[in-house]
Amino acid sequence: MRTSTRGSRRLMALAAVAALTTGLLAGCAEDSDDGSSNSDGGSGGGKTTLTIGTFGVFGYKQAGLYDEYMKKNPDITIKENVTTRTDVYWPKTLTRLQAGSGTDDIQAIEIGNIAEAVQTQADKFVDLGKEVDKSQWLDWKTAQATTKDGKTIGLGTDIGPMAVCYRKDLFKAAGLETDRTKLAEQWKGDWSKYVDVGKEYMKKAPKGTKFVDSASSVYNAALGGESQRYYDKDGNVIWDKSTGVKKAWDASMEVATSDMSAKLKQFDKPWDQAFANAKFATVACPAWMIGYIQEKSGDAGKGKWDIAAAPTAANWGGAFVGVPTAGKHQKEAIALAKWLTAPEQQAKVFAKQASFPSIPAAYPSLKPQAATTAFFSNAPITQIFSDSAKTIPTQIFGVKDQPIGTAITDIGILQVEQKGKTPDQGWDAANKEIKDVLGQ
Amino acid sequence: MTSSKQALAQSASSADAAPGSQPGAARRAHGRGTPPPGPDSWRSRLYRWDMKASPYAFIAPFFIFFGAFGLVPLLYTAWYSLHNVQLSNLDQQTWVGLDNYKNLMSSDFFWGALQNTFTIGVISTVPQLVMAIGIAHLLNYKLRGSTMWRVVMLTPYATSVAAATLVFVLLYSWDGGMINWLLGFVGVDPVNWRESTWGSQFAVSSIVIWRWTGYNALIYLAAMQAIPSDLYESAALDGAGRWQQFRHVTIPMLRPTILFTVVVSTIGATQLFGEPLLFGGASGSKGGSEHQYQTLGLYMYDQGWIIGNLGKASAIAWTMFLILLIVAAVNLLITRRLRKSQ
Repeated sequence: MRTSTRGSRRLMALAAVAALTTGLLAGCAEDSDDGSSNSDGGSGGGKTTLTIGTFGVFGYKQAGLYDEYMKKNPDITIKENVTTRTDVYWPKTLTRLQAGSGTDDIQAIEIGNIAEAVQTQADKFVDLGKEVDKSQWLDWKTAQATTKDGKTIGLGTDIGPMAVCYRKDLFKAAGLETDRTKLAEQWKGDWSKYVDVGKEYMKKAPKGTKFVDSASSVYNAALGGESQRYYDKDGNVIWDKSTGVKKAWDASMEVATSDMSAKLKQFDKPWDQAFANAKFATVACPAWMIGYIQEKSGDAGKGKWDIAAAPTAANWGGAFVGVPTAGKHQKEAIALAKWLTAPEQQAKVFAKQASFPSIPAAYPSLKPQAATTAFFSNAPITQIFSDSAKTIPTQIFGVKDQPIGTAITDIGILQVEQKGKTPDQGWDAANKEIKDVLGQ
Repeated sequence: MTSSKQALAQSASSADAAPGSQPGAARRAHGRGTPPPGPDSWRSRLYRWDMKASPYAFIAPFFIFFGAFGLVPLLYTAWYSLHNVQLSNLDQQTWVGLDNYKNLMSSDFFWGALQNTFTIGVISTVPQLVMAIGIAHLLNYKLRGSTMWRVVMLTPYATSVAAATLVFVLLYSWDGGMINWLLGFVGVDPVNWRESTWGSQFAVSSIVIWRWTGYNALIYLAAMQAIPSDLYESAALDGAGRWQQFRHVTIPMLRPTILFTVVVSTIGATQLFGEPLLFGGASGSKGGSEHQYQTLGLYMYDQGWIIGNLGKASAIAWTMFLILLIVAAVNLLITRRLRKSQ
């Protein structure tokens, strides 16, 4: 009896040790790839699962592109891994790229991160420039994803050509011009003219409404039309000397120091609600904003919104898709990336989401959904955005573009707009923040 | 290994030897150089080894996992904190010595974050625990549907941080939020809950209070249930009213529990992260345009994952670790004092 208990105890201990050791060894072993494995190791005939990592509302799933591709290619299954927020998506992707494991077969890259990807992660991406005819894309778009030695790490998906969306009903009540061409004439060439229209609006503004959602949106829209941003072409930070930043800052300061701003923070819940409650009359409108307005305003806004050309041709936002070299199905991933960014598919995403194509060949055939056109008072959406897209200036982005932008809008401008600081104090606060960002 | 166990082991091992054979005979049969069997045979050694090692094997899982996921990262973070490491280039680690720490000491943002962590910690923890004791005291009386009340107390704790914070963001929204609307009835001007310093710190604290009060109340309630009722009876005989009973019986008996909740809440407050991050919405890691509700946890996250300066973020992490050690030490001292004074 005694012997048997002893034996079993020994067995237990041995089992525990064994289990632990195997567990630890398994932990040290090569990561099993998540989801991108296939049942038969990729040798023909079986199904290949491709994963694509995206952020926000990318539009591919919404436009039904995955289903369409899987129908055409029965041996491919596509799985989308969505991260809602870019500021969560990008750090995660950066670490995975460098670890060489855990990346998706295709990774989306936001325009604010493309410079960092090009300058620090180029060796982690497949050169897609060899796979496509690069001349189809807008030159500046491809240039942003191309390294100094000519390697293109991402294919352009959408761009963010600029317009101004405004509520005709509020404009009418305030006694302003409501015709989109005449309005565009009024502020043509300079965002400060748009601010002047805002001053007019505030004289007779309907109760409880403001002219614009935030000073930051005016800043971003104005900066999108300037050739000089935060960096020069050699990668030096020049934000405090940049003519573009100065112009955009001044326009946003005019808004922030007046009473024309609703003082909201974009992409916040209260901002969403303000659309539904018609709290502001205009918003800077890159193409992707169209979908937002429609969704957040709901039926109440139908036919009340309209679109006019922006003061300057500008770009705000957009993205790329790249194929990481760590992927196990590069050939299939490249084929999918090419297909997703082809003009026909970009047009389909536009029809669903109003994300604007980065390939001009797609422009003549663009058709927004009937519901969208009706929502925006039958404005010639395609034409307004195409005109803007064709004259967008080439812009240089840098490694810390995104955090520098955040420092200016969410620290500097916000202090002036919401805490009653002077523009100089706001500028100094942004300066201090950017120094911290750059580790100076 | 107690001596009785040893004796047991020895007798067991001699019982294991083949019956009827002399120990010496066995050795001759084995030939030269083999150790004498008997009390030292390998089976008995294995057995003793088993007795010694088994307990360690059973507690090993925790320590192995703690080593792998706690200790190693902790030390690796220390290593990182002495280097310049960028998120976009993890393999390039340049030795900078204590530069990251010096940088922190001269950074207004760091001191601001430390101060915010402290202030928010105080204005969330103190009311939370006071209210929790009050609520526990009320729940301790016989009342109808007491289980229901207790479940209700725990619901805020069970909701996710994200969901709770989202609701609070809407309540505190400065234009069209419910709280400013209610203040409007009293004739108070709308408060900018997110950008004003006190307003935002109060708002963040209120989320913490809402989530944790019930949880602490239940802990107090459990401790109150354990207080023998004859104490109350004798107090009542001595003519103590309800309030006096609470002060002179309940509170002293709860002392260890109160200390426990204070320690746990303090650690929680030092690590406060989710509520302010989500309260800030887009770019929430800045904790407001003047960093007015940026806690240490947020500052670390902002430096490491948003700005991408992992070396500095690691230095913040270690500084936080040291702060927590100091807090724990202070707690320990106070506890000892209180014990002695009893």
